[in-house]
Amino acid sequence: MKARPIKDAAREAALFRRRAWLAFAVVLVALTVLGARFVWLQVHRHAEFELRSEENRVRLRPLAPARGLIYDRNGVLLAENVPQYRLELVPEQVGDVDSAVARLAALLDLGDDEIRRFHEERRARRRFENVPLKFLLSEEEIARFAVHRHEFPGVEVVPYLTRHYPRGELFAHVVGYVGRIDRDDRQRLDPRRYAGSTHVGKTGIERHYESRLIGIPGYERVETNAQGRALRVLSRQAPEQGEHLFLTIDARLQEAAVAAFAGQSGAAVAIDPRNGEVLALVSNPGFDPNLFVNGISRADYAALLDAVERPLFNRALSGAYEPGSTMKPFVALAGLELGAIRPETRIWSSGEFSLPGLSQVWRDWRAGGHGHVDLNEAMAQSVNTYFYQLAVQLGISRLSEQLAAFGFGAPTGIDLAGESGGVLPSREWKRRVRNQDWFPGETVLTGIGQGYWVVTPLQLAHATAILASGGVPHRPRLLRAVQGAIGGELEPVPGPPPGPRVSANPAHFEAVRRSMLAVMHGPTGTARASAHGAPYRIAGKTGTAQRVRRRDAARGAGPLPPQLRHRASFVAFAPAEAPTIAVAVVVEQAESGSRSAAPIARRILDAWLVPGAADAIIEGRYALDRPAPSVDPAGGGEAGAADDNRADDPDSDPADPADATAPAADPEERAR
Amino acid sequence: MSAAPTALARIERGARRWWARLASRPTLDPVLTVALALLAAAGLVVLHGASGGNADLVAAQGFRLAVGFGAMYLLARLPPAWLRSLTPWLYAGSLVLLLLVPFFGTGRSARSWLDLGFFHLQPAELAKLTLPLALAWVLHARLLPPSFGALVACAMITALPIGLIAIQPDFGTAALVLASAAFVVFLAGMRWWQIGALVLSACLATPLLWHFYLVDYQKARILTFLDPHSDPLGSGWNIIQAEIAIGSGGLFGKGWGASTQAQLDFLPEHTTDFIFAVLAEEFGLVGVLVVLLIYAVIVGRSIHLATLARDTWGRLVAGSLALTFVVYVLVNGGMVAGLLPVVGVPMPLLSYGGTSAVTLLAGFGILMSIHAHRRSD
Repeated sequence: MKARPIKDAAREAALFRRRAWLAFAVVLVALTVLGARFVWLQVHRHAEFELRSEENRVRLRPLAPARGLIYDRNGVLLAENVPQYRLELVPEQVGDVDSAVARLAALLDLGDDEIRRFHEERRARRRFENVPLKFLLSEEEIARFAVHRHEFPGVEVVPYLTRHYPRGELFAHVVGYVGRIDRDDRQRLDPRRYAGSTHVGKTGIERHYESRLIGIPGYERVETNAQGRALRVLSRQAPEQGEHLFLTIDARLQEAAVAAFAGQSGAAVAIDPRNGEVLALVSNPGFDPNLFVNGISRADYAALLDAVERPLFNRALSGAYEPGSTMKPFVALAGLELGAIRPETRIWSSGEFSLPGLSQVWRDWRAGGHGHVDLNEAMAQSVNTYFYQLAVQLGISRLSEQLAAFGFGAPTGIDLAGESGGVLPSREWKRRVRNQDWFPGETVLTGIGQGYWVVTPLQLAHATAILASGGVPHRPRLLRAVQGAIGGELEPVPGPPPGPRVSANPAHFEAVRRSMLAVMHGPTGTARASAHGAPYRIAGKTGTAQRVRRRDAARGAGPLPPQLRHRASFVAFAPAEAPTIAVAVVVEQAESGSRSAAPIARRILDAWLVPGAADAIIEGRYALDRPAPSVDPAGGGEAGAADDNRADDPDSDPADPADATAPAADPEERAR
Repeated sequence: MSAAPTALARIERGARRWWARLASRPTLDPVLTVALALLAAAGLVVLHGASGGNADLVAAQGFRLAVGFGAMYLLARLPPAWLRSLTPWLYAGSLVLLLLVPFFGTGRSARSWLDLGFFHLQPAELAKLTLPLALAWVLHARLLPPSFGALVACAMITALPIGLIAIQPDFGTAALVLASAAFVVFLAGMRWWQIGALVLSACLATPLLWHFYLVDYQKARILTFLDPHSDPLGSGWNIIQAEIAIGSGGLFGKGWGASTQAQLDFLPEHTTDFIFAVLAEEFGLVGVLVVLLIYAVIVGRSIHLATLARDTWGRLVAGSLALTFVVYVLVNGGMVAGLLPVVGVPMPLLSYGGTSAVTLLAGFGILMSIHAHRRSD
């Protein structure tokens, strides 16, 4: 019989003790491992996790600086920032972005352009960043969105400052405009400076002085929760507004100049010859720059592009014009400078000019010629023969060398982008561009501003200003002063030092000035009608070039009415004795320099020099031939005007035989 | 006039007698009680910070802890023999409750709660107490180390509640209940070769478990534990954010109530399963080590008390309760620190939640009762 085993209490207790303390030992090891893990995480990797915790919680929110304002020389506001509302999406919070955009499109007036641009911008930003969908929300749209607000998590109406140009068209070609930052901009801009910005200067002053205007962005350190919602601002670095710019432009002069154009296409530039400050810069017609600020619609843009008048084209800066007779004062100065003529040198004008050995004949605009003329008469009557002969006498090399000193053939260096350099005819230029030799006959036309010549209105005004200043070239400039903060000190921006003096002999300038005075105030002056009644004396020169545009011809357009056949130009400075303004005017479809361009220039001069004239011109109360003490001793203004009617330049009459020898008058064709 | 002093004297006499009886009666173990009270207090402090100063939440948890300490006090005063004789009924009762769960249960991912109207009860938590009691009851009368037959009996007793919990399905609790059962047989002296065979077969069964038992979200948890950065915004989020919370706490922490990971909702479940990460973030390594030390003291003291128990039942129950308690700590701590996969196991007395706090404290009540009555039994 087997004995039933008896429970051995002591042995069982000992067994339990062994097992229990063994288990406790294991537990202690496990707790030690756990503790070691915490040491590893909290001591060894502390810095790493502290950073990640900060990154989790703190987000830098960029604050866009307010853009600097732009004023004219007298403090008239040309570009301002106005509060508006825009709709922004945070893709991370929205979830299904496409569906949300589709529903928003049903709710608000969303264009395809806006949606396309939104997606473009969305790709360039991170998921938790705000992406603007629609700018310039109307009151009604804001109200409509507010009703459906709860259906759109992550969509917000955000106040912002938008650029506004209170003077609209008037300064489109000077101030330019800002536009949404696009893909190209993003590649060239410093992302840190544009972190919060949506706009950048695209043209004009806005573009050229972008780095002054933009300011310095600030930022907020924002504590956000796991859903990305900002809970509170931890610290804030305020953005710094950009500098306010005070331009050299005079808004009233600019407005008067535009009014003087009375809707004609053309350009005018007025410069203070004493320092190069640009007082007015007109390219007519302009366009409304406000259209571009928040994205122009395709229809509006197409309309601007297709308009025959080409409103987007800045004629003052890059219009390619033939200077024609406005070049004569500069040629005359070259002649005096090189000793080829003296003011009293008389030359016989028979009506025809030819070179020995050449069958070609160049004509004066008056059949039968002007007889014996000295410099004054040659300028006053715009006698071609005088300048044909002078040009031939000087030769093309010396002539172009002299004229280069007036800035022809090269950009003036104005503080605006997009300036053309034009063409100063020379042997080298022809060799380089056309790979052809210079023919002596071409020198003849060059002497009267025809042939290969291409100038911009700005170049013409700049050269005239040099003439007016007695040969001191000041680079044209638009920025007069900057201001750090509104109400702060105006800090003048000095212009660059003037270039080398064009001529050392003041007598030569005096002679040319006298001859230009004869144009305006002499009994035979081509533009004496435009000087009629002026309380100051004007030195000026007219120019007329034929408009033969192959494009027009190809369209099968009939002959143009006479008042549209020519391209008129005019240069002047005043008061002639101590000039404070030099002006160049080009009118594209005109009758003649004296009939079309000179009256505009006269209005610009009056607006600058005669108190009250600017307002009268702007308001349309201005009459050129109003009774005023006449400085013109010669016959009635009406007679002079009738004279002008016949035009002053040889190519003014299409039937003129000289026309056949003249190159196509379309400067754009020739510039290639 | 003379009645008042006599009445007062009588009251005073009664109070003295009551106090003397109380003092002579078996009572709470001072070391364990102080350690548990410290832990509970620390839990409320951390909860206050983690919840962003939510006083209602703290008060609710304080009430539950009070209930738990009350249960601990009452159980400590019950003679263990009485509890032992009730064991079959308690076991049967918890089985019945577990059976009710599939029909009346509520819950989010798994149906594991019974709504008793005034209280949400998790029968699986009860099973954590009653199963070790039942196993100890079975092994109490037998020779130790347990025979093969006794082990088979234990396996059957264990399989019933585990099976019921597993079909809820509640993987974490099932594993913990299984652990509490395993501790009983281990402490009873199950032979090493048997333990080795069991562990080996468990390893072999793992692939089967993976394919036939685990649900997708559980598989995902294990996979993301192995590589949390494979899905940083999805199932790996908790692990990564918990690590950030712990690591950013550093040596001394960010300060009470200053845990940005919890306050700003980066760390999910920051008042419940992941509260230990908040402790680490707000009180740093120092706070973590102090709390781990308290846990170690509690376990050490409990095992010490278990070895002092007079009979097999008492020893096995006390030892199993102590080890089950520390498994909670290790599993939750390991999960929070990224050493173990995410399992829904609370940190004892720190995590917000009622049932586990009450059952754990009740378990310590039983443990103290076993110790206190070791001579009077």
